[in-house]
Amino acid sequence: MAVCIAVIAKENYPLYIRSVPSQNELKFHYTVHTSLDVVEEKISAVGKAMADQRELYLGLLYPTEDYKVYGYVTNSKVKFVIVVDSSNTSLRDNEIRSMFRKLHNSFTDVMCNPFYNPGDPIQSKAFDGMVSGMMVQVS
Amino acid sequence: MMSPTQWDLPPELCCRPMAFVALTGLDVVYNAVHRAIWDAFCANRRADRVPISFKVLPGDHEYPKCRTKRTSYEWYIPKGILKTGWMNKHLNLVPALVVLFYELDWDDAQWKEKQSECATKVEIVRTSLQGRNTKVAVVLIQKKTPLPPGEDVVASERAAALCNACDLSGKSLFVLPHTDHLVGYIIRLENAFYEHAQTYYYTEIRRVKSHKEFLNKTTHQLLFVRHQFKIGFFSELKQDTQNALKYYRTAYGLVHELRVHETNMLEIKTMAGFINYKICRLCFQHNTPLDAIAQFRKHIDLCKKKIGSAELAFEHTAWMSKQFQSFGDLFDEAIKLGLTAIQTQNPGFYYQQAAYYAQERKQQAGQLCSHEPSVAYPAPDPLETTAGALDFYGQRSWRQGHQSIDPPDAEKEKLGILALQMKEKDIPHSELIIALLSNAVAQFKKYKCPRMKSHLMVQMGEEYYHAKDYTKALKLLDYVMCDYRTERWWTLLTSILCTALKCSYLMGLIKDYITYAMELVGRASTLRTEQKSRIEKNLIKVLMNEVPEPEPDCDPASVKAAQALWNDRVSLAGNNDFTVDMQEYVPFVQCKAKFLSPSFHVDDPVQLHVYLKADCPHSLRFSKLCVSLSNQEYNQYCLVEEPCKSKDILEPSTQENMCLVPGKTRKYCFKFVAKTEDVGKKIEITGVHLMLGSESGRCVYLNWRGGGGDAGSSQEAVQASRSFKRRGRAPEQHVDWDMVTIQASTMVISRVPRISVQLRHEPPALNNEMYCMALTIQSQEDTVARDVKLTAGLKPGQDANLTQTTHVTLNGSEVCDDSHPALLTDLPIGDLQPGEKIEKLLYVRSVSTGSRIFLFHVAYTMSTTVEGKEITCKCHKDETVTIETVIPFEVTTRFVSKKFENLDRVFVDIPFLLMTDILSASPWPLHLDTSRLDLAPTMAAIDQLQSQLEEEVLQTGECASECFCLKCPPVANGSSTVASGQYIISWKRKSTFAATPMINTVVTLPHVIVETIPLYVHADLPSFGRVRESLPVRYRIENRTALVQDVEMSVEPSDAFMFSGLKQVRMRILPGAEQEMLYNFYPLMAGYQSLPLLSVTLLRFPNVPPQLLQRFLPSRIFVKPQGRAGDASIAAA
Repeated sequence: MAVCIAVIAKENYPLYIRSVPSQNELKFHYTVHTSLDVVEEKISAVGKAMADQRELYLGLLYPTEDYKVYGYVTNSKVKFVIVVDSSNTSLRDNEIRSMFRKLHNSFTDVMCNPFYNPGDPIQSKAFDGMVSGMMVQVS
Repeated sequence: MMSPTQWDLPPELCCRPMAFVALTGLDVVYNAVHRAIWDAFCANRRADRVPISFKVLPGDHEYPKCRTKRTSYEWYIPKGILKTGWMNKHLNLVPALVVLFYELDWDDAQWKEKQSECATKVEIVRTSLQGRNTKVAVVLIQKKTPLPPGEDVVASERAAALCNACDLSGKSLFVLPHTDHLVGYIIRLENAFYEHAQTYYYTEIRRVKSHKEFLNKTTHQLLFVRHQFKIGFFSELKQDTQNALKYYRTAYGLVHELRVHETNMLEIKTMAGFINYKICRLCFQHNTPLDAIAQFRKHIDLCKKKIGSAELAFEHTAWMSKQFQSFGDLFDEAIKLGLTAIQTQNPGFYYQQAAYYAQERKQQAGQLCSHEPSVAYPAPDPLETTAGALDFYGQRSWRQGHQSIDPPDAEKEKLGILALQMKEKDIPHSELIIALLSNAVAQFKKYKCPRMKSHLMVQMGEEYYHAKDYTKALKLLDYVMCDYRTERWWTLLTSILCTALKCSYLMGLIKDYITYAMELVGRASTLRTEQKSRIEKNLIKVLMNEVPEPEPDCDPASVKAAQALWNDRVSLAGNNDFTVDMQEYVPFVQCKAKFLSPSFHVDDPVQLHVYLKADCPHSLRFSKLCVSLSNQEYNQYCLVEEPCKSKDILEPSTQENMCLVPGKTRKYCFKFVAKTEDVGKKIEITGVHLMLGSESGRCVYLNWRGGGGDAGSSQEAVQASRSFKRRGRAPEQHVDWDMVTIQASTMVISRVPRISVQLRHEPPALNNEMYCMALTIQSQEDTVARDVKLTAGLKPGQDANLTQTTHVTLNGSEVCDDSHPALLTDLPIGDLQPGEKIEKLLYVRSVSTGSRIFLFHVAYTMSTTVEGKEITCKCHKDETVTIETVIPFEVTTRFVSKKFENLDRVFVDIPFLLMTDILSASPWPLHLDTSRLDLAPTMAAIDQLQSQLEEEVLQTGECASECFCLKCPPVANGSSTVASGQYIISWKRKSTFAATPMINTVVTLPHVIVETIPLYVHADLPSFGRVRESLPVRYRIENRTALVQDVEMSVEPSDAFMFSGLKQVRMRILPGAEQEMLYNFYPLMAGYQSLPLLSVTLLRFPNVPPQLLQRFLPSRIFVKPQGRAGDASIAAA
């Protein structure tokens, strides 16, 4: 389960960031922000012509001592970032993928809301609830 | 540079081990030859030379004593893993080979004596190396070049003797002639030395390996590690890195098999770190970086949790930090040697992690080492050792060699820990952290990680802040701030701003303090309202020239210093004006300025609105608002100041006008009259300035460049434009901030002209004619339009050819030529009274066809009043018209015979006809005045040439024809092409519209071929015949040559005629003479009848066909039927 989940706009500013309340929120903001370096590099590495066939899931962006950071980029260049604890070895690539898929579906629902202005911070309860389900439960 | 600390890896571990060879018997100070030899060994030790470290030692040098060899390990309990001196000993103290240099030639006079002296020297070295396997070799320095081997009998004899005397094998005796090729000899020598050294290290490895059988697993665990390490190290000295790696790996495995307890944790970690370093280093050297990384990861995972004593937790983090740092160094070094790193795997990550552990260390040190001031450093110093250094790596100085689970003396242990803690307190932690962070920054910069770099710089800044170096902290934070601002990561920006605000407070930097505070209370800040409120209150204090409250969580001592600093600043007069450019920040006041329209007529006042909105928690008073414009003369009209209570500038409001209420949009309206000189120019808002504070105390100008907007507003504008909310209609009085768009410039345009310009003409224009256009100008102004000027003609900017082929004039009485321009400019017309009308005729001559655009530009000046101000404005009105020019008529000409047969050539002196047709193509009737034929000298008219179409009018599609009878005088060569002349038509358009002059159109007639003929036949016959009435016909045959012609003539019968006369005759005609032939034809039928055909053949000119002459003869005649009584009347008709 994730310790931090973030949605980043096409212009690289955050639309949504949730992290486990037990830890320093600022640290996760920095982690997500720095991971954009790798996301950008990975997107630009795929040639323009290949952009259509590009896989949305970017995989492990970079490992830190304590966390693993995974990335996902939608076709509209909105980025999803999931941070999991390095000690959590039970999470497999497949599960991360399915987390991203769920996130993407929920994000699509947010976008479909006619009252949501694309580019505004996400304040959807449904989205919030879905993210909560994917976060590490702090007892 | 920082002094080496306890955690730094020893240099002997980090260097590349090379075989150690000692050179003795060389006097490098006083003996030039010896010096040269030594230099040849030392200089240019490039990679292609064997890896040996040489050292010059005196002949009687004492080498480290070899301890007596242990015969049994049975009772031996090792005291540690690796002695601190061991590596250095084998790198620098115990040589693999000792070389004795000795000057001796084979033919030396005192050979015997020298030989025994040499043997003595060898013996001294041997004694000193007692018990070691170190090899000894002798090099004889000789003056003479040696002979090839085997030729010098004396040499081989004496060599054998010397070897014998010195107890040397033949392989250990070398000769070094110091001749020209010294370096070459030296290289050969050192290769030989290298072989000896290899053998030495090989035996050493064997020796260490041989200990293994004596060891047991219970008591000698430490020795297993030690021996494997030693074998690895010797292998490295032997340059056998593959095997070295293998042994180090075994050693690494063994070190983790050791029983771990608190007392030996440090020793185990230290050795594990050493071995890990060696493995990683060799992996990079073998170009298997992934192995190095995998080993390092394994190492970290194994050691991460081996914290050891909780009271010395900082030691663990210090050690961890060092592990990462040295791996980063190794990685970086490998990159410098050609390895390629990538964005996600580069040394930066290791430095970053090292910095992270250094930060942890600092934190732990802070917790564990904050002793009461009364606690004194223990005496005697438990960290002192008798030898000045530890015996074994990673042990405690107060219990060296102790290997059991519990410390031998709890009290000593306590003092030792206390001493370590107190030492730790003096460590410059921040310095270490910053150094590591800056290493990481350099790496991430290289590997395209701008955000990581910024993050690390923030950490550096924060570390400087903790280290109380606020200047550097602020410099770094300020540098990265804008990255976070442009990327709109407000949480991160707020956090950085908070630190920056603290720094600026502690340093008493007023301007920076104001800038950061303004952003922190603004809309980009994610602070809670009460925090914003606190900061705003401080900001207001600063603006009122008071000392702000200290920021929370600051170092108390620094706060005290800062307060004193602020008090000084307050009392200091002057230098209290600050200007802050808002474009670079997201401040707490937003500004948008707009001209109400993108253009204003000069006779309308220019209107400008400035919108302000405050985002701070409390309302805010300002003392001045002014707008600066590109033309500064208008600035005085765009100003709000306290004393100014003008009602029309300020929007009516219940609130005080100079006060900004949080979240409310406030509008300020300005109005001014543009200067007439500015017509056609742009007026731009160059800046909006809002003054906070007061001029007497401290004042801050907030400057917005252009029409406002700041670092956050462009994205907000985009979002607002996308928003569904914009479709909603806001109440009239309330201004929605997002709906306001900036309009930073406007154009001043000329007054709308009140004048009518009308045009009358009859298009299309005809080619070459003087086309007349009537222009009517009528003033609709209320006052006099002065200085009216007309510019008329071809509109500039069209095809350049049109300028050449268009001529304009006002004079319609004569046809204009090339000297007339295409455009008449600034024709003065004078003044126009209100309602007055004036008409002008303009004539245009287009020499080519096609369409043209004509421009009529009427300009004038007049006076008017705007907002009670008298201004003189220039107005102008433009009219354009497109006119097509067409061909008026087409002229065709042809030559025909008198029988109206088309001629392709004419004959000398024989008359023919010239026919001309003028076909009108003009949509308007054409008036043809006259026409004229100008004949060339090669043509002559038969009779008077008189125009047959004087004063004719041609309607569209009508054709006017003329016919002229001409002949050609004789030509030279019997045949030639001659010019015919010109046909000139004088015409104009038939129109009642205006009188225009006649135009002469000249048509050049075609050339014609003229031929001379030898014979000509004249036929004289009546114009008609009558049935059964005799028709007399006379043919005259003329010889036009200078020769006598034989002519054969015949008349062929015709059904319509009977005839009398010579039917066939041959005759001779003299030059220039004529022969007459008389016939009587008797018509038999009425109507057009073919005459009997006269055929003439020239016997001398067989190539002149009879048909040629027939052309001149009439072939048919009209025959009237037989008349009745009233025949005469028919004849008359």
